[in-house]
Amino acid sequence: MTTTSPSQTAFLPADWRDLLALTKPRVMSLVIFTGLCGLLAAPERIHPVIAFTAILCIAMGAGGAAALNQWWEADLDAGMKRTANRPLPQGRLDRTTARDFAGVLCAVSVFLMGFAVGWLPAAILAISIIYYSVIYTIWLKPRTPQNIVIGGGAGAFPPLIGWVAVTGHVTLMPVLLFAIIFFWTPPHFWALALFVKSDYAKVGIPMMPVVAGEKATRHQILIYAVLLLPLSVLPWWIGGTGAIYGISALVLSSLFLALSIRVGLRERSGEDDAMKPEKQLFAYSVLYLFALFAVLVVDRFIVL
Amino acid sequence: MNEAKSSDPRTPEQIRRSRNRVLALSLAGFVVLVFLISIAKMS
Repeated sequence: MTTTSPSQTAFLPADWRDLLALTKPRVMSLVIFTGLCGLLAAPERIHPVIAFTAILCIAMGAGGAAALNQWWEADLDAGMKRTANRPLPQGRLDRTTARDFAGVLCAVSVFLMGFAVGWLPAAILAISIIYYSVIYTIWLKPRTPQNIVIGGGAGAFPPLIGWVAVTGHVTLMPVLLFAIIFFWTPPHFWALALFVKSDYAKVGIPMMPVVAGEKATRHQILIYAVLLLPLSVLPWWIGGTGAIYGISALVLSSLFLALSIRVGLRERSGEDDAMKPEKQLFAYSVLYLFALFAVLVVDRFIVL
Repeated sequence: MNEAKSSDPRTPEQIRRSRNRVLALSLAGFVVLVFLISIAKMS
């Protein structure tokens, strides 16, 4: 067993696990999943190696953007309980290493996508990285309570990229998949923001509950959930999917709406309120997106 | 520097070696991937 002296600690190299943690692996799993679903739901086929490369590039791009986000927000993360254990606020990584790692991931993901898959998906991937790391993280998040609405677009790109990687062009269906995630993001994040409000307020992030108040946030959650219901069924209505997807989307979105109504019309009983409906909506929103995109793929391969 | 680092029982050399091993595997994977992409593109 070796003890580390103070002079040694200052020069400890970055551990690969900390570099991996910078990429937000849990968020990345949803990105990979929706990207893969977009790729599998597309009406054409590509070589499995090219498909694998497309998903790898989406994952690397998302990881790079997440690392850029953590590099930029290291000081803010240190002030929030939820993020204080990340490698940068903990000092397990230095900021230059994090920035360089993020830059390499982003650059390799875009160029590999361009060379191996196509320059249109590569361009959309580059836009999504800039959208998340610059437009959302640097510009909107610290300035407006609508940060989540516009910034949510960043998370909506993966199925679009997956689809375009296969077909080579943008059509209505992948745009609808983009729109579904875009409209899903605000209720998902605001449900979270409602029960971690004090954390955001502490570091001065103008999240909707902090700036506009709880009541306005609850109403906005409800509005987006109402809009999400017809939007999620639209791919079936325009003939882009079959009945398996259509009926599943109707059921899943109705439940999403029901949970949102409970949150939207609710008044908090007091400071010691456990916020159970908000936590349930947040948990269900993650399950909802996984299930919706899973049935999209199932529908593509099973013809009734 | 910080609590997390000083509580790490490994020496800097061990951390560096572990990281370099992962880096080497990633680079080897990248080379294999580029080779497979070339084959896929040619077919």
